[in-house]
Amino acid sequence: MAEPARAKPKPTPETQHFWDGTKAGELRLQRCDACANVYFPPRPFCPSCASRKVSVFKASGKGKLYSYVINHRPAAPGFTPPYAIAVVELDEGPRMMSNIIDCPQTPEALELDMPLEVAFEALDDKITLPLFRPAKG
Amino acid sequence: MRRNQVAVVGAAETTELGVIPNMSQIQLHADAALNAIADASLKLSDIDGFATAVETPQQMAHYLGITPTWVDGTSVGGCSFMLHVRHAAAAIEAGLCKTVLITHAESGKSMIGKQPRFTAPDSLNGQFEAPFGVYGPPSMFPIPVLRFMKTHGITHEQLAMVAVVQREWAAKNPRATMKDPITVADVLNSRMIAYPFRLLQCCLVTDGGGALILTSADRAKDFPQKPVYILGTGESVETPMVSQMKTFDSSRAFKVAGPLAFKEAGISHKDVDHLMIYDAFAHLPLYGLGDLGFMPHEETGKFIADGNTRPGGKLPLNTNGGGLSYMHSGMYGMYALQESVRQMRGIAPAQVPNAKISVCHGVGGMFAASGTIIFTNEK
Repeated sequence: MAEPARAKPKPTPETQHFWDGTKAGELRLQRCDACANVYFPPRPFCPSCASRKVSVFKASGKGKLYSYVINHRPAAPGFTPPYAIAVVELDEGPRMMSNIIDCPQTPEALELDMPLEVAFEALDDKITLPLFRPAKG
Repeated sequence: MRRNQVAVVGAAETTELGVIPNMSQIQLHADAALNAIADASLKLSDIDGFATAVETPQQMAHYLGITPTWVDGTSVGGCSFMLHVRHAAAAIEAGLCKTVLITHAESGKSMIGKQPRFTAPDSLNGQFEAPFGVYGPPSMFPIPVLRFMKTHGITHEQLAMVAVVQREWAAKNPRATMKDPITVADVLNSRMIAYPFRLLQCCLVTDGGGALILTSADRAKDFPQKPVYILGTGESVETPMVSQMKTFDSSRAFKVAGPLAFKEAGISHKDVDHLMIYDAFAHLPLYGLGDLGFMPHEETGKFIADGNTRPGGKLPLNTNGGGLSYMHSGMYGMYALQESVRQMRGIAPAQVPNAKISVCHGVGGMFAASGTIIFTNEK
C-alpha cells in the first residue's frame, strides 16, 4: 500500500495561472492595473477596488517568516512530525502559507522575520508546490 | 437595534456533558432543546422561530416537530449562536416571529451522527493551506500567536497563566470536565501539540449541547425565569484562511463585532461585571481583551498573569472554566452564552456577586468570524 500523500491542490479556472507558474519555476502574483494593489490568493478582480483589469506577474520569490507553528500532533497525511507550518510575508506584500525546508524545524532555527526565498517541489507532473528556504547570503 | 427589547427566557444545556456515547448529534440538539423548553415552561408548538448551525434548520425543525415562520441557518463556526441571538432579536423586533429557539449540539468526542469535516482540494483552503500540513484546529488556530507575542511582548508563561486561571474557575463548577488545579509548570510541561501550544493550552474535545429561547421583553416578564435582556450585539467575518488574516497582531472580525456591541449597548468597559471570551486556545482571551478595547494588547498577558480575571479579580473572565476546562464540543459559543445567562440570572456555580452586565464574545473558525452579545438583567 502506498504511503499516504500530502493533500494535493486542484486548480480552478481562476487559480490555474498560479499553478502553471509554480510548475514553470515562477511564483506568480496579481496586481491591479487600476490601483496597483498586489494580492493573493488569485482571483480575476481586485479585492481592494473591484477592478477587473488585473495583471499576472512574476514575483521576486523573496520574503520573510511572518509566523508559524511546529506541528506535533495530529500530523497531516504525508508529513512526519514535528514540522513547521509557516506563513511567509512576500516582499511584494501578500502573505501565503508554506513550509520551510533546508532548516531545522525548531524554535531556535525558525526566527520570526528571517529572510526566505522560494523553492519549488513537484508533487506530480501537474502540481508543484511553492516552499521556502532560508535565503542565501 | 434598540436596547433591551428582547430577552432570553429559556436556557439549558444537555442533561449530560462530556462523553455521551448513547446519543447521536441530532438527539443531543433535541435533549438541549427540550431542557430549554422546560426551563421556559413552554411547549414546542409555541416556537415559531428556529436557528441552528452545522445541522440544518430543516433537519432539526423536523426532528423536533417545529413549524417555524422564521429560520436562520447561519453557520460560521463556534460563534454562530451569537449571530443567531443577534438575528433573532432583530426578527422578533421586526415582528417576523415571537418565540425563537436556538440549538447547538455536537457529538465532538463520540462522533455519533456527525459528518466529518472535509476540505475540497479545489477550494481556496484546499489549494493554499491544506497542502502545507494543516490538519485540524490545533495546527491552524495557533499560527498567528508567535507574531502576536513578538509584537505585543507576551510571554509563554503569561499564555500558560490563561489555562491556570481558568482551571481555578472550573474547580468551582461541578459540571466542568477538568477541575484539578494546575500550575504554570504543569502547562509548560504538558505534551507539545503545535508549538508554542501544549495540551493544556488547547480546548477539550467533548460531547454536549445547549439551547436558548428568546422572546420580546414585553412578554418576558410572564415567564418563570428572570429575564436576561439583550443590551447590545455585533458580528462580522474575515476569512476562512488563517494565513490571509489582515494582521496576526489582532483579529479584524473581533475589532468589528466587539465595539459594535459596546456602541449599541451604550456602555463603557468599566461597566462590565462579567466577561466571556471564547477560548478554543489560550491566546484567544488576549486577542479578545485587546480587540474589544478593554486594554492595549501589550497589557493583556500581564493583566491575566496578575490575577485580574481569576475568582475575586476585578474582571471575572470565563467563569465556567471555558473551553480549556469546562467543555468544548466543537462550537463552544453556545456554552459561553449559557454561562452569561446563568450569571445574569444569578445562578452560576461560580456566581459573580451583583453582576448586572455580561459581555459574551465568540470566535468562529480560525478567527474567521466573530459575534458579541451584551446581556443585562436590568431593564
